[in-house]
Amino acid sequence: MKLTVNGRAHEVESAPLTPLLAVLREELTITSPKAGCQQGGCGACTVLVDGKPVRSCLLPVAAVDGSEVTTLEGLGTPERLAPVQAAFYEQYGSQCGFCTPGVLMATHALLERTPRPSRDEIEAALAGHVCRCTGYVKILASVEAAANNGSAS
Amino acid sequence: MAGMTDVLLPETPEEAVSAYGDGAGVTVVAGGTIVMPEINAGRLRPTKTILLARAGLAGVSREEGKVTIGATSPLEALVDLAAPVGPCAANVGDIEIRTQATLGGNLCAGEGLGAPRGDLQGALLAVGAHVRSAGAGGETTEPLEDFLAHRRDRLVLDVSYDDPEAGAFVSLDRPHTHEYTVLAVSAARLADDSVRLAATGAGSWGVRLPSAEAAADDPESAGAAALRDVSPHDDALASAWYRSQVLPVLVRRALTQLQENG
Repeated sequence: MKLTVNGRAHEVESAPLTPLLAVLREELTITSPKAGCQQGGCGACTVLVDGKPVRSCLLPVAAVDGSEVTTLEGLGTPERLAPVQAAFYEQYGSQCGFCTPGVLMATHALLERTPRPSRDEIEAALAGHVCRCTGYVKILASVEAAANNGSAS
Repeated sequence: MAGMTDVLLPETPEEAVSAYGDGAGVTVVAGGTIVMPEINAGRLRPTKTILLARAGLAGVSREEGKVTIGATSPLEALVDLAAPVGPCAANVGDIEIRTQATLGGNLCAGEGLGAPRGDLQGALLAVGAHVRSAGAGGETTEPLEDFLAHRRDRLVLDVSYDDPEAGAFVSLDRPHTHEYTVLAVSAARLADDSVRLAATGAGSWGVRLPSAEAAADDPESAGAAALRDVSPHDDALASAWYRSQVLPVLVRRALTQLQENG
């Protein structure tokens, strides 16, 4: 099987029903997607497959053979943060960080389809992401900041 | 993790039907949202798995007022359909789950983890949908009511219905998107002016509410009548008693909304 992850092509040898999450973390050592509940309920494993946010714990890798996968590693680097990363950094939108990769991927996808989302649209887009630290207020502020930064650039 | 299993990836509907055969011993994975947690946790160890990701069974079309939804259409592709189907689809999970979860999986779900699943069963019962499916005895097209009784032994191909004249969907609010819907009622007024009502969460799977339909002109008494059509149950989300208290309210609201929607 073949996967293009963050622009780089990989041959994948995991068994076909292995969840994409396990392939990313354990075979390709791409560790930003987190193994939280592993039943689709926490959002920590969220990645983009062909541009759409999905739960990588629920996707058998064979079902996405040939797809383009984007993880947080593909958005920016520590030296050049992507706009969503910069906004979360500046607004303290991350505390322990476990949910952050999933939240950032969902936010990135939201801003791709809706560059200036309303508060309701932000809440709907992040509804499936559990955060046990921030109380969500700073996450919502970070998304709004990312939207404003994006429109200014 | 996966163990020894045959994994088939059909590339056409015909290949999918052939791979499914009579369905014996087959695990079907479309979006994965129902099956993969079972596999991840080791509760399900499939021996023969069909992945429908590329089987050509996705797509929503509308022709002369008839809506046809392919089995592997993601629920997110349904959210803009007219009530009750669109609002019902929008009430499932969250955007990532709706992007993955499929119509076929939703129709075949039920009786899992102690909570009602298969939200769209109610909405599609209300609009009088028919299901085209394959399995033992070949391809059949039948009303959803009939299909639900043997859904575990069929491979859904598509679902079709005539757009209703008016529709309504009401649900108990979910405390979080991760919760399954505790109870929801769908209503539709069809072209012949008949009113159909169905509930999700009032039994193991979606049920029509014929007694309430018969009293549809009076939302208050229809609500009370609906209790004759269901056998509410206790589960992790709510007690049977609570469901019995709420169902008449949701039926009343659905019918009121239906009147307002024309």
